[in-house]
Amino acid sequence: MSPVTAEKFITTYRWMLLARILEDRIASLYRAGGAIVGGVYLGRGQEAFSAALGVHLSRERGDVFGGLIRDMAGRLAFGEPLLDPARSYLGSAKGPMRGRDGNIHRGRPTEGLPAMISHLGSLVSVVSGMLLAKRLKGDPPCVGASCVGDGATSTGAFHEAMNTAAIERLPLVVAVANNQYAYSTPTSRQYACENLVDRAKGYGVTGHVVDGTDLEACLDIFERAVTAALETQTPQMVVGKLLRLSGHGEHDDAFYVDPHLREESSGRDPLTVAETHLLEKGWGTPSDVDAWTADAVERVREAMTQAQREGGPDAAVETWEALASRHLVEGGNA
Amino acid sequence: MSITYLAAIREAQAKALADDPRVFIYGQDVATFGGAFKATKGLSEAFPGRVMDAPISEDAMVGMAIGAAIEGMRPIVEMQFADFSSIAFNQIVNQAATLYWRTGTPCPITVRLPSGGTAGSGPFHSQSMEALYAHYPGLVVLTPATVEDAYSMLLEAIALPDPVIFCEHKLLYYHLKAESLPVENLPIGEARVVRSGQHATIVTYSAMVHESLKAAGMMAEDGYHIEVVDLRSVKPIDTDTVLASVARTGRLLAVGEAFPWGGVTSEVIARVAAEGFDLLDCPPRRLNARDTPIPYHPNLWKAHRPTADTIYSALTNLVRL
Ligand SMILES: Cc1ncc(C[n+]2csc(CCOP(=O)(O)OP(=O)(O)O)c2C)c(N)n1
Ligand SMILES: [Mg+2]
Repeated sequence: MSPVTAEKFITTYRWMLLARILEDRIASLYRAGGAIVGGVYLGRGQEAFSAALGVHLSRERGDVFGGLIRDMAGRLAFGEPLLDPARSYLGSAKGPMRGRDGNIHRGRPTEGLPAMISHLGSLVSVVSGMLLAKRLKGDPPCVGASCVGDGATSTGAFHEAMNTAAIERLPLVVAVANNQYAYSTPTSRQYACENLVDRAKGYGVTGHVVDGTDLEACLDIFERAVTAALETQTPQMVVGKLLRLSGHGEHDDAFYVDPHLREESSGRDPLTVAETHLLEKGWGTPSDVDAWTADAVERVREAMTQAQREGGPDAAVETWEALASRHLVEGGNA
Repeated sequence: MSITYLAAIREAQAKALADDPRVFIYGQDVATFGGAFKATKGLSEAFPGRVMDAPISEDAMVGMAIGAAIEGMRPIVEMQFADFSSIAFNQIVNQAATLYWRTGTPCPITVRLPSGGTAGSGPFHSQSMEALYAHYPGLVVLTPATVEDAYSMLLEAIALPDPVIFCEHKLLYYHLKAESLPVENLPIGEARVVRSGQHATIVTYSAMVHESLKAAGMMAEDGYHIEVVDLRSVKPIDTDTVLASVARTGRLLAVGEAFPWGGVTSEVIARVAAEGFDLLDCPPRRLNARDTPIPYHPNLWKAHRPTADTIYSALTNLVRL
């Protein structure tokens, strides 16, 4: 593999920064009350792992990024318009979900961004099906990524999908963000294997482990995994260890998180780690970082202001039709 | 030529595979073996690479189909038995059924459910699950009772841009025969009056259409003319045809093979009560299976589900009310 270049590192770092600043803004609006519709779930602590995957995928190649709860950074890096999260969180009718769904449950399925449902583990097979279809259609080779947490690996849907993807030999990259908690549940109550990557062997897929707080390591591992998926047409499972640096959602103060975990290497803030690294390498100066930050703040301000100006959905013009076959739609309140 | 209900299902799939390159079949033992009931017999040879054996992973099978549908394919998923679709319930009702409404991306998948009871099949190979799926917005739920409907409705299902739950009745697979396959048929969403009469209406679907017709025949010997409406599709439900029939007869018996709590028969009664109360000469009635798991032994099984005899006695009471 080629060593991580300054350019790639900085590009990815800037996606991380954008995600962090956007999420900080959303979280502060949530705390202020009023503007944000529904719950807020942050990717704080997961930006390096998520963005490093996103930058290695290509919409032009037909790749798929199946982001989950904490993948703001990866989604943006993959090419999700900044207005999509802004509109989804603020309930704008102009967002991709048109107020019918929101926050993290957003996407553009026909543009390689399937919209997660809440049920954890259930998107892995959907991304796999997209890859199967591309193969059946004779599309050029591409890669699909599906993101999950440590908790989601305990679902039946996850096991079924991993096994099926292995059988079908699909170019799937499954990114397991082991952030050491599933809501309040520690991993000791989630699985009994030594490391989640041990499961890769059982499924018959290639396993990789990475320090999920280290952007350089994440870039390296995802470049390997994406390349391997593309070249060998087999699934890759990447397990990144990191720590959720927020509550499960912004309603949650995470009192249950063992404070020692924050002192460990996996408890580091990936943005700080990346910033230190790029300054040490001489890839940027503190004033570069300030300029990138200011740019991200401005982009976030613009997107949020625009989304906030847009109205919410109007129940009076909502079609209330759940079928594409309009002639089969049943009447209302029979 | 005479063609069975099962062969009609196979022929419809063969035609869909031949006519539309987006169609493929995914399910357990569907390829070389041709499916547990042989509904895909010969199709993997005729359409190489498009009829694929799946692992015993109903959740993943439907998830894969949804993903493929997002990419413009038209997958048909065969459940080995309707009962096992419970494993895929989440993908069907939460992923497939919500996709179009949430994102505007259609989800054209067809999930075939070999449904209903047969003697000796027991609690886990006999279920009728249409009401569960019909409950969820975003799904079309079909319950063909005839060879012709099995054929034309399956073709129509595959062509629809929405997820379709296709409940095919196992008891009809081999016994029910037709002379030929239809070229034209009633569209999905329209019920059919399969026997006309003026003393009472039976609204039913799937295998119970045949039990109901037998019961109507028995009633005719007593001098009562019973109208029988085959819903064909339970979602959407053709309330207009049901109401028009009740307007002619004034009496309603809704018959279904599924469990009694809630369900299609309740829905029929509720709609007629709400929209056609004044058409009724007496309280509407319903007849379903008993409220226990489906028994294994034929002696018990026969007494668990409605039959021509129990429908006949329900009708006898109804016309005297
Ligand atoms: C099947 C299912 N069960 C329960 C939930 C409720 N739930 C939402 S997030 C969550 C914890 C998820 O933990 P993990 O997979 O580790 O992801 P993380 O939140 O840590 O990123 C739970 C239990 C759910 N969404 N889906
Ligand atoms: Mg977790």
